[in-house]
Amino acid sequence: MSSKAEILQKIKNSQPNGIADLPNLNVLGSDQFDVLEMYKTVLKNIGGNPVEVADYNEVLTYIRNNYPLEKRIISTLPELSEIALLDWTNDDPHSLKDVELTIIKAHFGVAENSALWVTDDILGQRVAPFITQYLAIIVNKKDLIPTMHQAYDRIGDQEYGFGTFIAGPSKTADIEQSLVLGAHGARGLVVFLMD
Amino acid sequence: MSSEKIVEHSEAATRFNKDVERVNWHDETLWFVREKRDKSAHQIPDWELLRETASQIKNNVLANMHDYLSDFEANAQKNGIIVHWAADAKEHNEIVHSILQKHEVKQMVKSKSMLTEECHLNDYLADKGIEVIDSDLGEYIVQLRKEPPSHIVLPAIHLKKEDVSETFHEHLGTEKGNFDPQYLTESARRELRDTFLTRKAALTGVNFAIAETGEFVVCTNEGNADMGAHLADVHIACMGFEKLIPQRKHLGVFLRLLARSATGQPITTFSSHFKKPRNGKEIHVVIVDNGRSTQLGRPDFRNSLKCIRCGACMNTCPVYRRSGGHSYHNAVAGPIGSILAPNLDMSKNADLPFASTLCGSCTNVCPVKIDIHDQLYKWRQVLVKEGHTPSSKTIAMKTMATVLANPTVFNLAGKSGRFVMKNIPGLVNNKMNKWYDQREMPEVPEESFREWYKKNSRESKAKKDE
Repeated sequence: MSSKAEILQKIKNSQPNGIADLPNLNVLGSDQFDVLEMYKTVLKNIGGNPVEVADYNEVLTYIRNNYPLEKRIISTLPELSEIALLDWTNDDPHSLKDVELTIIKAHFGVAENSALWVTDDILGQRVAPFITQYLAIIVNKKDLIPTMHQAYDRIGDQEYGFGTFIAGPSKTADIEQSLVLGAHGARGLVVFLMD
Repeated sequence: MSSEKIVEHSEAATRFNKDVERVNWHDETLWFVREKRDKSAHQIPDWELLRETASQIKNNVLANMHDYLSDFEANAQKNGIIVHWAADAKEHNEIVHSILQKHEVKQMVKSKSMLTEECHLNDYLADKGIEVIDSDLGEYIVQLRKEPPSHIVLPAIHLKKEDVSETFHEHLGTEKGNFDPQYLTESARRELRDTFLTRKAALTGVNFAIAETGEFVVCTNEGNADMGAHLADVHIACMGFEKLIPQRKHLGVFLRLLARSATGQPITTFSSHFKKPRNGKEIHVVIVDNGRSTQLGRPDFRNSLKCIRCGACMNTCPVYRRSGGHSYHNAVAGPIGSILAPNLDMSKNADLPFASTLCGSCTNVCPVKIDIHDQLYKWRQVLVKEGHTPSSKTIAMKTMATVLANPTVFNLAGKSGRFVMKNIPGLVNNKMNKWYDQREMPEVPEESFREWYKKNSRESKAKKDE
């Protein structure tokens, strides 16, 4: 007998009989709060930087004022072509090792933990938000939702090869519980909250 | 590890407690993490409902494990993921090795996976000439020091920054005496970036595998799992079969609970959902049993398979905090480790269910409501019945039972005990007496309660009669 058949048979013999129904999830996530304010507060608490903007022009201005434009900046957003490269999405992912700033757009953001949902169709490359030194993500204010339950309602049966929630910059506290931003991924995260 | 003689928990804890200042620091550091958990949990009005919901989902998983696993495999295969099954640690290691061999890989980068610790994968691969680098900062530190992780979430929690500085100075050439965590982390970042960029194979653990969609989720704060997986040609994800959950929407429950319970964060920085490999690349999932199906068949202990590895039970445990993760001589330490380990090897791990005060704090913080302290208590019964406890303990218990069951013997024992402690204290206050290890013996009373009662009840009776 193969290991698979053997394991499955053992499990069948061992698993408890009786009914254990799946619980109702609809009763969860009715927390009441101002989603924009909550989103900003939580993001700041975990080391991210919320920036409210009216449109892409304000994003461009912010980036020009706060990042070294002579370094490699990449994006998936044509609106940012003045300051960012757009022609990298089919390159070898290793070639992104010298990227200073990646700017992408999220499907939506979750207020309770400031997580942003991104999938490979809007990432350009899966490694793009990780390999970059700094990360900026744009999300529409109308796409902020309260909790993870609404998040998975919204994801539903969305098709993707890869998707991730990103909440704040990469971090570690593995040395004596001292928080250090920029463990392996981005050292900083700006979230542009767009009207 | 298996060939070494195991130092029992109590002995290892005694050694750990020699450095009082350090033990106090260890204790306080973990309690600080526990407090962060509380603060975070109290901000969620639904917290207790979330725990109950998570528990019910996991109960459903245990009762339907066979079907969910079959679904998961079929759906993962539809997504282009290659699925393997390993009955035990040996087969798991062989499968990983065969994948690496096929791709002619001699160096692999790994993110945190307690399962590979359980299977001793690194040692196995090292013997086959394959170098594995652990990329989680805490695991990287302990790997350089040739130590196992001492905590499932905080692998280097037993070390101070001075220790890390010393280790990095030796292995990475960092400045001697520079203890700054920022500086040390930056040094590791630079070193490991090169590792990520040059490895063709990456291994990760799995936090949740979803039967309905055939995808799996890996949670990290550092981004190391993603750096490895998205740059490699081959991604190997290893999971115990209990990592399954039925549907994608159940992640909403577990991702709300996991990081809050672990470190007090609202969520880990990255919660990555792997569903399909990149074009031309491979994702392998290795589903491991290694004793789990046996545990599933033990009605008293099967609930331990609900564990989502948050570590909350360790952070709150007064014994763990003052004995350190290494004293548990098992990949998973602390209260949950102590109910998982005897299933893996009863005689080797017979000491662990006794490494608890049964205070129940672990059960109270567990996000999936595992009855941890009850299981610790139940394991004790099993271990004694099956003869895995030291005979000195059994004899002592039997003697005590005889004494307590017989009033005459009890009386006599009390009298002689008082006599000995008063007149020849050395007979009791010596190294043979374990009770005396960390305690002074109490002052000897003049009489026993029984004697006192007899006298006083007679006096009060006489008074009433007057």
